[in-house]
Amino acid sequence: MIAAKLKRYISFSGLQGPAPKTVFVLALMPLLLVVVQVATNDLGPDPAEALMHITGEWVLRLLVLVLLARPASQWGWPLLFRHRRMLGLFVFFYATLHLLVFAQVYIGWSGVILVEELAERPYILVGAAAWVLLAPLAITSTNAMRRRLKQRWRQLHQLTYAVAALGFLHILWLARSDLGTPLLYGGLFAVLLAWRLRVYLRRRNRRESP
Amino acid sequence: MKPRIPNWPVIPSSEITPESLWLRRRDFMKAAAAGAIVGGLPSPAAGATTPLDFRQGSCDGCATDEAATPFDDVTNYNNFYEFGTDKDDPAKHAHALTTDPWSIEVTGHVNKPGKLNLEDVLTGFDLEERIYRFRCVEAWSMVVPWIGFPLADLLKRFEPTSDARYVAFKTAYRPREMRGTRSFTSVIDWPYREGLRLDEAMSPLTLMTVGLYGKTLPNQNGAPLRLIVPWKYGFKSIKSIVSIELVDRQPRTSWQTLAAQEYGFYSNVNPQVDHPRWSQRFERRLPSSLFNPNRIPTQMFNGYEEQVASLYKGMDLKKYY
Repeated sequence: MIAAKLKRYISFSGLQGPAPKTVFVLALMPLLLVVVQVATNDLGPDPAEALMHITGEWVLRLLVLVLLARPASQWGWPLLFRHRRMLGLFVFFYATLHLLVFAQVYIGWSGVILVEELAERPYILVGAAAWVLLAPLAITSTNAMRRRLKQRWRQLHQLTYAVAALGFLHILWLARSDLGTPLLYGGLFAVLLAWRLRVYLRRRNRRESP
Repeated sequence: MKPRIPNWPVIPSSEITPESLWLRRRDFMKAAAAGAIVGGLPSPAAGATTPLDFRQGSCDGCATDEAATPFDDVTNYNNFYEFGTDKDDPAKHAHALTTDPWSIEVTGHVNKPGKLNLEDVLTGFDLEERIYRFRCVEAWSMVVPWIGFPLADLLKRFEPTSDARYVAFKTAYRPREMRGTRSFTSVIDWPYREGLRLDEAMSPLTLMTVGLYGKTLPNQNGAPLRLIVPWKYGFKSIKSIVSIELVDRQPRTSWQTLAAQEYGFYSNVNPQVDHPRWSQRFERRLPSSLFNPNRIPTQMFNGYEEQVASLYKGMDLKKYY
């Protein structure tokens, strides 16, 4: 009886996965952790740099999950796909935090410094461009917008790949001597993009052939 | 009459472990365990810091009255890529470095080439405390009470010849002890190399450094012997030195080799010359906090213009960055 119950539970959870609430709380955990670290002064002597690293790295991690969602669901693991929208919104959320920390601790909300930084620091410009591309994706993530935009919605949201490319460029440009992190994310993004292109090309071939 | 016996054990002071050693007891245990595994016991002093005898430095520029960065920040926020590229990697992993025995080879254009053992360094030079600003090329800075002696005093003992125009330094390169040097994705060609022009090396401000905050250097800060050149970006202040060579041509430094357009040979702190990827006009003085980032303007030659500007008279500092 217990075995049957367990089996039912497993198959049920396999079908449904965790509730959106659970995913929401999980995705919020890095922020909660950082808040605790800030409150307990546990981020070291340069909390600004630590915060930039933490928020930036979560943007990249969640971005990998978002791009992985469709291939994973086709390989029989639909969990990520079911929560893709929320994960995508969290990408935007952490990217926005990243930007706010930058504005507060690196440029002190000075418009003059901002313009100079954007003009002189290519990696900042690239990061800012990635955020600008993310904003319309977040705004058009509602069901209503999706219906309204129809086919355009898909095309628009393929910008996610452009965001990933900019994100990679951003960290590659920042690296000083160890290319480990840029290569890790660059590699992951490249594989996911290659998979998407393969699907796209296959579909186009099918349409072209009689 | 009963003899008076104290009801507590009497411990001669010679048996009391000094606090500095007691605080590192876990390192002894780790070292002992490691020693048992590899079969040879490492020196019991590995990784421990001990108090130093020194006087207060009194030269022009030898001390700043700015608030010193706390010891914990100075020793837990480091760039020492031999042990990893994160700021907390050196504090986590540098204990693996064996600093005893240690010797420095002095070679090249000198009349008396030779080796200097660490013991001779610690006893053979007058140690003094210098409170210097320390400005990293990454635009953060600290104020650190170092202990050391002028590099000039060391160089003079080996009698540089008239052919000696530059000084080339090398850090120890021990892949087994330095996990960062084993990284496959690192693009640094080890060992780490730095260099100075001879007149820069002879400046009274250029410090051969053996300690900070009154004690010998912790490994993550470049134990047992490092350079401090306070008017240059931090990476010029090479750590854990094993070789000093007097040469007649400008030596190639590690960062120059990696990205010559970003890191020049001179690398003097200069708010007018930006790093190609970020501004050098400001610095974050550590510790900084989120609500008070402690962003202060960077000074020419890190505030040591009066003492060192004459070394660069007539030079275009935009060209020789």
